[in-house]
Amino acid sequence: MIEFRGVTKRFPDGTVAVHELDLVAEQGRITVFVGPSGCGKTTSVRMINRMIEPTSGELRVDGRDVLAGDPADLRRGIGYVIQQAGLFPHRTIVDNIATVPVLLGRGRREGRSRAMELMETVGLDPSMARRYPNQLSGGQQQRVGVARALAADPPVLLMDEPFSAVDPVVRENLQDELLRLQSELGKTIVFVTHDIDEAIKLGDKVAVFRVGGTLAQYDEPGVLLSRPVDEFVDTFVGRDRGYRGLGFLSSDTIPIGELPTVGLGDPVPEQGWHAVLDGERRPLGWIDGGHRPGGATVSEGDVVPGGSLYPVGSGSLRGALDAALSSPSGRGVAVDADGRVAGSISADDVLTALPDARRHDPAA
Amino acid sequence: MDWVFRNSGLVLELTGQHIVFSLVPVLIGLVLAVPLGWLANRTALGRSLTLNVAGFLYTLPSLALFVFLPPIIGTRILDPLNVIVALSVYVLALLVRTVADALDAVPETVVNSATAMGFRPGWRFLTVELPMAVPVILAGLRVAAVSSISLVTVGSVIGFGGLGKMFTEGFQREIPQQTISGIVLVLLLAVVVDGLLLLAGRTLTPWDRSARSRRTAGRAV
Repeated sequence: MIEFRGVTKRFPDGTVAVHELDLVAEQGRITVFVGPSGCGKTTSVRMINRMIEPTSGELRVDGRDVLAGDPADLRRGIGYVIQQAGLFPHRTIVDNIATVPVLLGRGRREGRSRAMELMETVGLDPSMARRYPNQLSGGQQQRVGVARALAADPPVLLMDEPFSAVDPVVRENLQDELLRLQSELGKTIVFVTHDIDEAIKLGDKVAVFRVGGTLAQYDEPGVLLSRPVDEFVDTFVGRDRGYRGLGFLSSDTIPIGELPTVGLGDPVPEQGWHAVLDGERRPLGWIDGGHRPGGATVSEGDVVPGGSLYPVGSGSLRGALDAALSSPSGRGVAVDADGRVAGSISADDVLTALPDARRHDPAA
Repeated sequence: MDWVFRNSGLVLELTGQHIVFSLVPVLIGLVLAVPLGWLANRTALGRSLTLNVAGFLYTLPSLALFVFLPPIIGTRILDPLNVIVALSVYVLALLVRTVADALDAVPETVVNSATAMGFRPGWRFLTVELPMAVPVILAGLRVAAVSSISLVTVGSVIGFGGLGKMFTEGFQREIPQQTISGIVLVLLLAVVVDGLLLLAGRTLTPWDRSARSRRTAGRAV
């Protein structure tokens, strides 16, 4: 647990980067600091490991005052991942990862064997161990950065815009990977980003900072989307917050409707959209009954690509609505855990289910 | 060539002298340049002070330094120590700037991440900043070593040893073979030392070679 109590940082030139910050980053959770540049989010996170010293206030990590004791000792107990990884270019991957264990005096051999374990944990091929950072892609380097931060198994992990320098596809990959890792490791993570979508995706709780270093709102992402405290947060959270907020509401109450289906090789139906299924009852796409360009039976060439699929039982209202909206027929295909067709849903069903879902959502 | 073999004893002695006179100062200059370069890199004032003094020292004519040094450091005029000290000053003047620039070029994210991992400043300097500065420092060291080898010959004008003695003697005694042999040997020594330093650098910085080959490969595509 990380506690800020009235923490202020004033730089020698008089600028106040962080003003009277009160915040608790909970044990084993991901807390995201988000805000426009100059809002003090990075300064705040750097005060946790004393890369920046607070001017006043109290800052505790797991109950210990960070200002008491030696900063280097404090830092060895806190994992740190920086933008562009900040790897040591003159050290091999395995030695980069082993940095903190070696600093802690655990010996090179032990550090390296721990590093090899971690390479697997973060999804890096062990054959990369002897390479140097510049021989890796940006995404791979960032994985090394995460592995290095985890090497001494610190309870706390600070991540300072770690994924902002990689391309969107890789970034999404790394985000998913982080969530997977976190579900196994349960670290107390403070994650800094300027990207509200990243904040909402990763954060168990999100702290929105405003310029001048004050906290605008500190809430769970669903609440942030459904009830922003003021215009600043509203604007910062962005345009489609109503739609994105659906991502935090359970879709369990949506009724699953009928879905007209045909198999490949069956006669083309007289009229209306039918879902085309393979032999395993998995959806291949759609066919419009009125048109039969490929002849009297359904052939692969007739199949119109379908929209996103809605997984029954594990979905959100957002996923359900998107399945309906992206389908050419206007009805979303619902599938079970094995990917077999379970029925269909419509956008109307989603909207009907909305008030109920809101009532049942503890956050709203 | 004949001349060299006939006088191999003398040639060997002078070459040995030349190596000591030129390379001991390189070593001394390097050892002093690292802490001074570090100091120069700490504050703006330290930087301008160190670099200006170094720049001034480098502009002093070498011959004048050989002559004026003895009264300052209390040696006799032909004491070989004069050459060693004078050349150390040159190497130092040359390398301080190189070391300061090389340390300055170490990316801040790397230094910051080292600090955040829990490196204390001294250890961080020795194991992160200095190793990363090696490629640039080594380039400066090669220049310093080669210029030191050539500067030793100036000393022979006022009677110090080294291969320069072969120019002056050869000239006075009108033995062109001796003069030419001297020139060739100095050149050869410079080439060999430069090559050895290059090789040492490559061995010390395998990570830089991988960066280089990647850069080259990138260009080829």
